[in-house]
Amino acid sequence: MTRPGDLLAAAPARKAPAAFDVERVRADFPILRQTVFGKPLVYLDNAATAQKPRAVIDTLTRFYEVDNANIHRGLHQLSERSTAAYEETRAKVRRFLNAAEDREIVFVRGTTEAINLAASSYARPHVGRDDEVLITTMEHHSNIVPWQMLCEEKGARLRVAPINDDGELLLDEFEALLGPRTRIVSVAHVSNALGTVNPIRRIVEMAHRRNIPVLVDGAQAAPHLKIDVRDLDCDFYTLSGHKLFGPTGIGVLYGKAALLEAMPPYQGGGDMIASVTFEKTIYNRLPHKFEAGTPHIAGVIGLGAAIDYLESIDPEGRAAHEQALLEHATRRLAELPRLRIVGRAKEKTGVLSFVIEGIHPHDIGTILDREGIAIRAGHHCAQPLMDRFGVPATARASFALYNTREEVGALESGIRKVLGVFR
Amino acid sequence: MASDLGDLYQEVILDHNRQPRNFGDLPGANRRAEGFNPLCGDRVTVSLTLEGDVLKDIRFQGSGCAISKASASMMTETMKGRTRAQAERLFQEFHRLLTEDSGAPDAASLGKLVVFSGVREFPIRVKCATLAWHTLRAALDSAHGIASTE
Ligand SMILES: Cc1ncc(COP(=O)(O)O)c(C=O)c1O
Repeated sequence: MTRPGDLLAAAPARKAPAAFDVERVRADFPILRQTVFGKPLVYLDNAATAQKPRAVIDTLTRFYEVDNANIHRGLHQLSERSTAAYEETRAKVRRFLNAAEDREIVFVRGTTEAINLAASSYARPHVGRDDEVLITTMEHHSNIVPWQMLCEEKGARLRVAPINDDGELLLDEFEALLGPRTRIVSVAHVSNALGTVNPIRRIVEMAHRRNIPVLVDGAQAAPHLKIDVRDLDCDFYTLSGHKLFGPTGIGVLYGKAALLEAMPPYQGGGDMIASVTFEKTIYNRLPHKFEAGTPHIAGVIGLGAAIDYLESIDPEGRAAHEQALLEHATRRLAELPRLRIVGRAKEKTGVLSFVIEGIHPHDIGTILDREGIAIRAGHHCAQPLMDRFGVPATARASFALYNTREEVGALESGIRKVLGVFR
Repeated sequence: MASDLGDLYQEVILDHNRQPRNFGDLPGANRRAEGFNPLCGDRVTVSLTLEGDVLKDIRFQGSGCAISKASASMMTETMKGRTRAQAERLFQEFHRLLTEDSGAPDAASLGKLVVFSGVREFPIRVKCATLAWHTLRAALDSAHGIASTE
């Protein structure tokens, strides 16, 4: 398991956050106050998408009620305000990731688009016939399919680094797969289906020794870990706003400036140009070169509010709470008969995937739903990973900072009910 | 168990889930289709021997939830010996049973398949209950079909 000290270790030095208090945190999330089928909602599907704090909801409302205007193009007051809020968020994200420069932060729709952008603009010119792209067994489909498409187009090969039965990357085998034809490595920081935290720093070291760039899919890491792209030394990093307590439809691609500078644009349109004639278009400078068209302005500003919210919470208390919750839930569930936890990596964030002998995850999900408990049942967009563990699907409870031990108790009794139905 | 859960997981369904009937490959089958539910990744293969217009024999294979397995199992029991036209009528009635509040107008002809009426209260599970049925249809429509619940 990850040591609490590794998690969110250093928050930006603003006002010192109050000690972590889960009940106070819960009060910030209006959606959690409801009942479902007459039972208090127990939301344990945070890896799919996280709930939004009041601060984010209010920021979105305020934006549309007060500041709404297009950015980078109006001379008027509203446009000035929305442009400023948009660009301030870029700076916030830069600090959140500890990137060196604001222009290294590109706003996209989410991790999926971020990976597609990198595959298309960075990798396409670099990958040729018989070249290789290296990923791992535990990737989300969004970190498999864009590379597969590229490899198909170029006659290149997708290589896949294996994992052990606990769901940990086999580093030696990973390193052995780094070859003279490897053009890029793309790995999850945290696996959405297993919770495994990958040793990104060592992965990057191994790849950089051979001058291979590394993209890190941070969709599941950003909501739990302190991210420092300069410390990781990764070349690209992605995140999805909606998993980080922000709006859907907004995400980030971080890229080292030198790489982004050299890349051709991803899409053409307004905002990404400096000047256009029918003969020639001069592209805009970074990061606007990659932000064609009117972006999700409200989403960006909402993402900024989510980051502010997260940073207002005591990082060590939060990390300790999340880790204790995972350990507690792991202990409780491991004691249940017929239940097997899938993914027992030593370093994990709050994901608990499990299967129960003789009971399909869908049936588990339906029965828990009637108890007011929201989990995910399925392949988690990671079918090759399910194949690796020889299961068609798993049930997955995933935790966020607002989940409690009582909710773990509800999950446990819900699962006992499932066992009762399928005796 | 909450009553709608009890309606969903009736003893007959649990029994077919535990011990699916007509499960496995059908040697000598002349029609076969694979069904896929993209929502959950469940797959089912339905194989049959069609003699003239009659479904002489039918089996299914695959993995799925209790609802999809029991539905496939009971479907194969019901379909054995039926004509194509009868199979299509059953398909229509079964679908109505799952989706229409008033239930199937001709529920009587569905026999014990009416145990699936509980699925109506669980709209996202309708696809589980119909996967094998769509697959059967695909098998009847072409020598080698692939069916999807989407
Ligand atoms: C590890 C991982 N990568 C990528 C994605 C895709 O993110 P999005 O759907 O926000 O683009 C997800 C979301 O489920 C994820 O968990």
